[in-house]
Amino acid sequence: MRMRDRLEWVEGWGMAVGGAGYVFRPADAGGVAEAIETARGKGLAIALRGAGCSYGDAAFRPESVVLDLSNLNRVLAWDPETGIVDVEPGVSLAALWRLTIGDGWWPPVVTGTMEPTVGGMLSMNVHGKNNWPRGTFGEHCIEFDLTTAAGESRTISQKNDADLFHDVIGSFGQFGIITRARLQMKKVHSGQVEVKAVSAPDLGAMLSLTDDAKDKWEYVVGWIDTFARGRNLGRGLLHFARHLEEGEDPDPAASLDAEAQDLPANLFGVMPKGLMWRFLKPMTNRPGMRFVNFGKYLAGSTVGDEKVYRQPLAGFSFLLDYVPNWKNIYLPGGLIQHQSFVPAASAEQVFRDQLEICHEHGMPSFLAVLKRHRPDPFLMSYAVDGYSLALDFPVIRGRRAKLWSMVRALAEPVVAAGGRFYPAKDAALPGDLYRSTFREGQLGRFAGIKAKLDPDRVLRSGLADRLIYEE
Amino acid sequence: MSDSNFAFALVVGASSGIGEALARRLAADGARVALVARREDELRRIMEEINDAAGEERAIAVAHDVRAADEAPDLVQEIARRLGGLDLVIYAAGAMPAVAVDEYDTTKDREMLEVNLVGAVAWLNPVAERMARLGRGTIVGIGSVAGDRGRAPNPVYCTSKAAFHAYLEALRNRVAKLGVKVVTIKPGFVDTAMTRGKEGLFWVISADRAAEIILKKARRGVVTAYVPARWRMVMTVVRAIPSFIFTKLGF
Repeated sequence: MRMRDRLEWVEGWGMAVGGAGYVFRPADAGGVAEAIETARGKGLAIALRGAGCSYGDAAFRPESVVLDLSNLNRVLAWDPETGIVDVEPGVSLAALWRLTIGDGWWPPVVTGTMEPTVGGMLSMNVHGKNNWPRGTFGEHCIEFDLTTAAGESRTISQKNDADLFHDVIGSFGQFGIITRARLQMKKVHSGQVEVKAVSAPDLGAMLSLTDDAKDKWEYVVGWIDTFARGRNLGRGLLHFARHLEEGEDPDPAASLDAEAQDLPANLFGVMPKGLMWRFLKPMTNRPGMRFVNFGKYLAGSTVGDEKVYRQPLAGFSFLLDYVPNWKNIYLPGGLIQHQSFVPAASAEQVFRDQLEICHEHGMPSFLAVLKRHRPDPFLMSYAVDGYSLALDFPVIRGRRAKLWSMVRALAEPVVAAGGRFYPAKDAALPGDLYRSTFREGQLGRFAGIKAKLDPDRVLRSGLADRLIYEE
Repeated sequence: MSDSNFAFALVVGASSGIGEALARRLAADGARVALVARREDELRRIMEEINDAAGEERAIAVAHDVRAADEAPDLVQEIARRLGGLDLVIYAAGAMPAVAVDEYDTTKDREMLEVNLVGAVAWLNPVAERMARLGRGTIVGIGSVAGDRGRAPNPVYCTSKAAFHAYLEALRNRVAKLGVKVVTIKPGFVDTAMTRGKEGLFWVISADRAAEIILKKARRGVVTAYVPARWRMVMTVVRAIPSFIFTKLGF
C-alpha cells in the first residue's frame, strides 16, 4: 500500500486535537515489524494507538506513523481456575470482562468506558473508581512482552525486572510496544454490585464523605455541580459500591451471565440510546448545563439521597457507554478534560480555587468527577495520597486559546500543592508544569531508559512531545 | 495556540506580491507557514523577517520552480511533515509578462500557462487528494478578474486565469462534500511588482490589504470572492457586455 493511501485524520477521544497520520493496522507480529521498518526507512516517528480513548494527543502524532494495535486482539490463554489471562494488546476491556465474568472473574480495575484496549490501559496506566483499594490497571499485570523500536522483543515481569516493569507501564508507550500481557482478574461472587447514593451540600462534605467511604467500599466516585457557587460551591452526589459477598446473590449464575450485563438498548424504556446525544446537544451550553447540573443535584439530594440498590457490574462501571457517542454533544469543537491529583491536605483549597478559576474565566466545567487515590510504584505515576478532580470543558471556536490558558491557571495551584496530572485525559497541559510535578531524578531516569531502548526516538506521540521532549 | 482556523499553511508564490503578504499575515496570526517560490534569496529574507518578528520559527522556505511540476507531490508531503500539518494551501504564483497587442509569442505564452495553470494543477491535485482523505482543509486559488473575459491585450494571461477558475470550481465540486473548502479569489488591481508601472489601473489596493481580505474570505470558506468586493459589480457588468460590443471597446 502506498504511504499516502494510509493517510487518515486521527484524533483524541475528545475530538479537540488531531492530525494526519499514516495508519498501520497490523493483525500479527509481522505487520508490527513492517510498520516499524517502514517508519524507520522513511524517517517517520511512530505513535502507538489502541481504541483511541485517551482524550488528547496520547495516541497520535501529526504526520507520523500511527500504529493502531486494535486488530491484535486475540485472547491467548484464559484460566478460569486462577483468573489469569494472556491477551494481545488490542483486546478491549469489553472483550475482557465478557470473557471472564461467566467464570466469576472481573477486571480488577476498569475505566468509565469499556472501549479501551489492554495495551492502551497499560501504556497510560489507567485507574477506576477503586483506585484507593486496588491501585492502577498496571498493578494487576503479571508480565508483558515488549517489542522495542529496534524490533527486539523481551518478556518483562514484576519478578524478572521489577524496575523496568514499573518504568514501562504508564510511560505512555514511549519505551516499546506491548505485544502480550498477562493479567490477574478479580474473583467476584455476583454480577451485581450494591450501590449507595448520598448527597453532599458542599466541597468539604464531598471530600470528607469520600474519605470516610474509601476503606468501606470498593468503589467511590463523586459528581460535582460545577455551577453552584458561594456556600454551595462543590456540592454534589457520591456513589459508593461494593461487590456482593458469596451467598448474597440468590442466583449468581444468572447475574454473572455476560448477556445479563448488557447495557439497556433504550433509555427511559423507549428512547433508542443511539439517538440520545442528539436530544442532549441543544442543552450543551452554559444555561442548559446549569439547568442539568441543578436538576441532577436536586434529584440526587432529595428522592435519591441515601438510596441503596443493586446494579449490574457493567451498568455501574461503564457509565460513559450508556449514551453512545455522547461526546458528539460537544461538536464541532470537541471537549478537553483536566484531571488533577492533589494531596489530601490541600485538596479542598485547590479544588475550590479551580472551580472559582473556571467561573472567573467564564468557562465553567460541564462535568466534574471526584475520586480518592493513593500512590503507586510506577515511574511516571500520576497518583498521590489524595483526591482527583476531573473537569470537562467544551472547546468553543474563538475561545480555544482562552481555554488553553485557563488550563495553565487550573494547573498552577496543583503544582504548588505538590499535585500531579493524568496524561490519559490531557490535551492542553503546558509541558513545563507537567515536568515540574516529578521528583528529582525521575525525568532523568525516563530519559535514560528512552536513550537505551529507543535512542532514535522512533516512538513518539503528540503528548510525549508536548509534555516531555519539547523542553 | 492561535484561534485562527489556520495553524499550518503553505503559500506557493510567497516571494513577492499577494503571496508574500499572505504568508506574513498568516505567520503574524500564529500559523506555521511554508514559503514556496523560485527565488531562494528572496524567500530566505522573508522567512528570516517573519521568524525574527515572531521570535520563533514560524516560517520555512522551500525553493522550487513551479514549472518543475513533477516535484510537487513529494514537496506537499515533505512540507506537511515539516510543518506538522497542512490546513491551508494557497496557490499565488503568477506570471504576467508584458505582451504587445500584435505579439504572438508561444514561448512566452507557454511560460504563463505553466506558471499560472500547470503549476497550480500540479500543486493542488496532491493537496486536494490529501485533504479529501482527511476530510478537512482549505484550498485558495489566486485567480484574477482578467479571467472573467478574454481581453485583447493579454490573451493567454486571461486564458490561464479563466482555466484556473474552472479548475478550482471543478475541484470544489469534487471535494466540497468531503469537507474540503476551495476558494476562488479574483483580485482586481493590486500594487505588486506584476502591476507596477502599468497604465490604466484604478482602485489599486496594497498587497497587504488584499491579503487581509483574502484570509477573511478563506476563513469563511466562500466560493468566489472578488478583492475588493466592488469588483464583483464591475465584472458582472463586464461579463454581460455582448461580444460584438466588447470587441469594439478594445479592452
